[in-house]
Order: sequence, then structure tokens, then C-alpha cells
Amino acid sequence: MNKTYNQKAWFFVVPVFVLVAFNAVVPLMTVVNYSFQETFGSNVFAWEGTRWFKQILHSERFHASLGRQFIFTFIILLIQLPLGIGIALTMPKKGWGVPVCLILMSMPLLIPWNVVGAMWNIFALPDIGFLGNSLNSLGFDYNFTQQSGDAWFTTILMDVWHWTSLVVLLSYAGLNSIQPAYYQAAEIDGASRWDIFRYIELPKMKKVLTLAILLRFMDSFMIYTEPFVLTGGGPGNATNFLSLDLVKMALGQFDLGPAAAMSLIYFLIVLLICWVFYSLMMKNEGRT
Amino acid sequence: MSLELKNVEKKVGIETHIYSTNLKLEKNTINVLLGSTLAGKTTLMQIMAGLDKPTSGEIWFNDENVTGKEVQKRNCSMVYQQFINYPNFTVFENIASPLKITGVKPDEIKERVGKVAELLKLSAMLNKKPDELSGGQQQRTALARALVKDSDLILLDEPLANLDFKLREELREELPKLFEDRDCIVVYATTEPLDALMIGGNTATLLEGRIIQYGETLKVYNKPENLISAKVFSDPPMNIAEISKSGDMFKLKDYNVQWKSDIKIKDGDYKIGIRPHNITTYKEGNNSVEINGKVLISELSGSESLIHFTSGKLNWVSLSNGVQQKNIGENTKLFMNVDEFLYFDANNRLVTNG
Repeated sequence: MNKTYNQKAWFFVVPVFVLVAFNAVVPLMTVVNYSFQETFGSNVFAWEGTRWFKQILHSERFHASLGRQFIFTFIILLIQLPLGIGIALTMPKKGWGVPVCLILMSMPLLIPWNVVGAMWNIFALPDIGFLGNSLNSLGFDYNFTQQSGDAWFTTILMDVWHWTSLVVLLSYAGLNSIQPAYYQAAEIDGASRWDIFRYIELPKMKKVLTLAILLRFMDSFMIYTEPFVLTGGGPGNATNFLSLDLVKMALGQFDLGPAAAMSLIYFLIVLLICWVFYSLMMKNEGRT
Repeated sequence: MSLELKNVEKKVGIETHIYSTNLKLEKNTINVLLGSTLAGKTTLMQIMAGLDKPTSGEIWFNDENVTGKEVQKRNCSMVYQQFINYPNFTVFENIASPLKITGVKPDEIKERVGKVAELLKLSAMLNKKPDELSGGQQQRTALARALVKDSDLILLDEPLANLDFKLREELREELPKLFEDRDCIVVYATTEPLDALMIGGNTATLLEGRIIQYGETLKVYNKPENLISAKVFSDPPMNIAEISKSGDMFKLKDYNVQWKSDIKIKDGDYKIGIRPHNITTYKEGNNSVEINGKVLISELSGSESLIHFTSGKLNWVSLSNGVQQKNIGENTKLFMNVDEFLYFDANNRLVTNG
């Protein structure tokens, strides 16, 4: 075997390398730099070692917002996955209904995030918003700007409205890739609708659902814009999720060191969960 | 036990997929549906299984009208061209699945699955999942699932089409044996005449939504009722030429070839059908006639040589034994076995002595 070595090929990698360096590596390294030092502006730095990390990991404020974040993501996944799969199952497979459903489903995904927040803010206002006003006139004491429960309810409803479509579209694509013969074979076996779902549709959707869970986990775990516009983290700290808290710490209080440490911890948590989840889901895949 | 289709018709929109069809399949028979793609084989099978309803007509099973009966309540099984198994079940669970649903006891399931697995040489892979198996093994699993159930009706929809050549040969030989002493009706759809011949039983030739002829496989092959049936049941394609007869002389209309035959038919114009293996580079049979042609292409497979040639305005296909090396454009002499000619009248019906 005579391989030709051509080191010039490395030049092809240079543009990507430069790009990634500027948009990912350099900012990340800046954050790492901040996280180990104290700064007072005008580029004066003092070495602090792991102090900020220890401080964040022991801070009750961090624990609280991390807890809120987990609960929020958990509820979101719990609602959006079954709902998304359910809607995908009821969507038509052929005819004029297909484009209609697909377009309707894509609409929420096309709206800019801050617009979604603003929309729901106005929609949910207790005095003039359609949702808030209706709930109040039905006798519910609803006010998302003052009651934490209502704030959570509104935030979750908004996220479900905004993002369930993604799960629907992915599930729908997964369902459509199942050959009709599978359904016929199961019918001939005498399988019920539930059996068909449990033993054919669900296993065949495994890959797209893994993707849907990963995407929904990452997006909801890093949610910022919509609750920022809708509740601003309030009332009090009720909907103060991790990224909101992080921005408050970094830009509100200008605690760059602790904020940098928190960013890194945040990043590692997302990475770790995604990696564990993906490895578990793909454990038995890839064999031929 | 019998399955009978009475005036079954299937329309989808303005298209007719199956024209009014009558067909009676008896118990303990293997019935081959032979036809090219879109001939209506799959539609017909789905109607037999109850997966699809006919637009009009009735399906009778054992003197019972089952036209509207749901699939789940019928006792049939089906094997598809694609290898259809439950993706996250092991081979054992896959084969056991139809039994589990009908509530057979675990001991009996184990015994019956074991038996079928042995029959289909799957015993060693009962704990594997379908995606760990080769295509042939996956299809064996699907076959085992169909066999384990003791169905009244087993439908095989081109089960060998997605297998590679060797596996196809192997499984094709085994198939008739698998159904030998089973109390059921087997329907086997295929596009390949060779499948029908090897499986035997009965054959129905299909074209564009119509059953052209139904009968014992060899009878259909040797005595096709008409030209269409003969064409469907011939691979490589049958050679067809127009001829005229006067006295005891037969003559190709298009090209100067004449022969004598003792077939007793009226003088006039006919068509002849000659299967490729009855045109050879050497003399075969007692009564052969020469034809000169120009070689278009020759395909050698070692044991056989397929030579396409033109003679007059027509393209011909010949199939000879062994390696017969011919160059493209070469003028060559071939021999047609007159005794094997099939004669068709103006209405494309087979004419015979008696």
C-alpha cells in the first residue's frame, strides 16, 4: 500500500478552524479566564483559583434556580412528548389535510422568541388579555404577574404552545417512514391499536424521539428569551430560571467571576445530561 | 376448506385495480399468482386476507361469507417482500407473537416455536434481534411467524424478491416442503415464472388487474389458453411472430422461413409463440427449422447462453445450453424446435389438435 501524503490538505481545515476559534473557543476561554480570577474592570485581574466554583456550588441561590430549571424542563418534557406523539398519530397521512396540518404545526416555530414572550404577556394580562380576562371572568383568581403558580402555569402553557410542534413534526416524520406492511402484518397477527403503537410505532420512532427529547431538553434547559419577556423571572424569583439568573448575576450585578463559574457549571450539566441520555438510548443501536 | 372470490372487483377512484374476478382455491393447495408488478397480485392478496375490501363482489371461506370480516378475526398469515418483524423483539418473541395474542399457554408456545424454528433453521438465533440477522434469516423469521399460527390461509407476497440469488434458490427449494402436510391454502405471489414452476401446485396468470388463466401450473405453462397467458408465463420473454398456413406448409410472414407440421388447423393467418429455449444454436428435437439472424447481443452465464438476434423486422431471443460465443453483428444460424411451437388464432386463443 503506497499512500500519498499531501499535507496541503490541512489548508482546507483552516477556515473552519479560524471560524470555530472565533465563535466558540475564544469566548469560551474568556469565560474560563474570568472564572478563575477577580476583576475590577480596566483589565485588572487577581487570581482566585477555584473560589468562584466553590461559592456557586454552595450558593442557595444557584441551587434554587437550578431546581426550578429541572422542574420546568421535566414538566415541559412530560407534557410535550406525549402530546406531540399524540398529535402526530392523529394527523392525516395523505390528502389535502397533510399540507394544512404541517403548515399549522410549523407556525409557532417560525415566530421569533421574544415575540412569543410579548404575545403571551399581552394575551395573559389579567385585565385586558384574552386569556387572563377570560379566566378571571370565569371566576378564577388569575394574575400571572403576582401569583407564582399562575406565572408557572402561563410560562409552561407558552412553551407547550411554542414547542410541541417540534415534537409533532419529528414524530410525524418518524411515523411516515414506517412501511404500511408493518401495520398489515400486525393486524394479521391480531394486534390491537395499542400493541401496534407499543411494538411497532414506538420502536420505529426511537431515533427521532431521542432527537426530540435531546432538542427539547437543551432548549428548555437553556430557556431565556420567552420568560424574560413574559415574567422577567418573577413574581419575586418564582420563574427565575438558570439562564435568567445567570444574566442577572453577570450584567445586573457585574459579578463576572461567579457568573463565569456558573456558566461553566451550567454548560457541563447540559453536556453531561445529553451525553448520558444519548449513550443510554443508543446503547443497543448500531449493530448490524 | 376453500376460498372463493365471487365477482370481486376493486376500484380506487376512477382506476380499476382488479376487474371482476372469480377464483376458487381448494384446501391443501399452493396457488401461485404470477404477473408483473402492478398486475394486481398484492391487491388480490389483501382482499383475500381482509386487509382491503373489494368495491363489489364477495369472498367466501368454507361456505361463510367473510367479505366484511375484520382481519384480526380471520385466521390467516402473510409474509411480505420486505422483511417485516417486530424490531425490538427477539426471534423467539417474534415467532411467538401471534400465539401470545391468541392466548396460547407458555409451554405450548415454547414447543411450537421450537418446532417451527427448527424447520426454518432458526434454532441457534432465537435470542437475537431481527437487526442482528442476515436478510435470509429475517425472512425465515417472518415465515416462521406465518407458519407457527396454523392459519387457514397463508399469503406470501413475493417473499423471495429482496433476497440475494443464492438465498432465494435455497429458500425456494424449501418452501413447497414447508407447506406439504399443512391443512391450509397457500397463495404465493411472484413476478418470476421460474418461481411458479419450481413451486408447482396451481398457477393463475395475471395481467393488468385480470386473471388470465388459472389451473395446474404445468398445464398453464404447456398449454396456455391464450397469448397473454403464454407471455406472462415465459421468462425470458416469448418470441411471437405472424405466420400463414396453407396446406401443410407454415411460413413466417416477415421472413423466409418455412416448415411442415402435423397440427391440424384451417388454412389462414396465425401467430406463433416460441419460448427462447426452443431456439438454439444446435439442432434439438426431430423436427427443426433453420433461421438466420444477426446477433444483437449475447449474454453468457456459463451453463446457458442467451442470444438476442434480428431476423427480418423482428427481434428474437434464443436460449442455448453451454457457452455459445457469438460476436455482436455476426450472422448466425439457429434452429427452432417446430414441435414446441404454440399456435394462436386471430383472437389470440391457443389452437391445438384436440
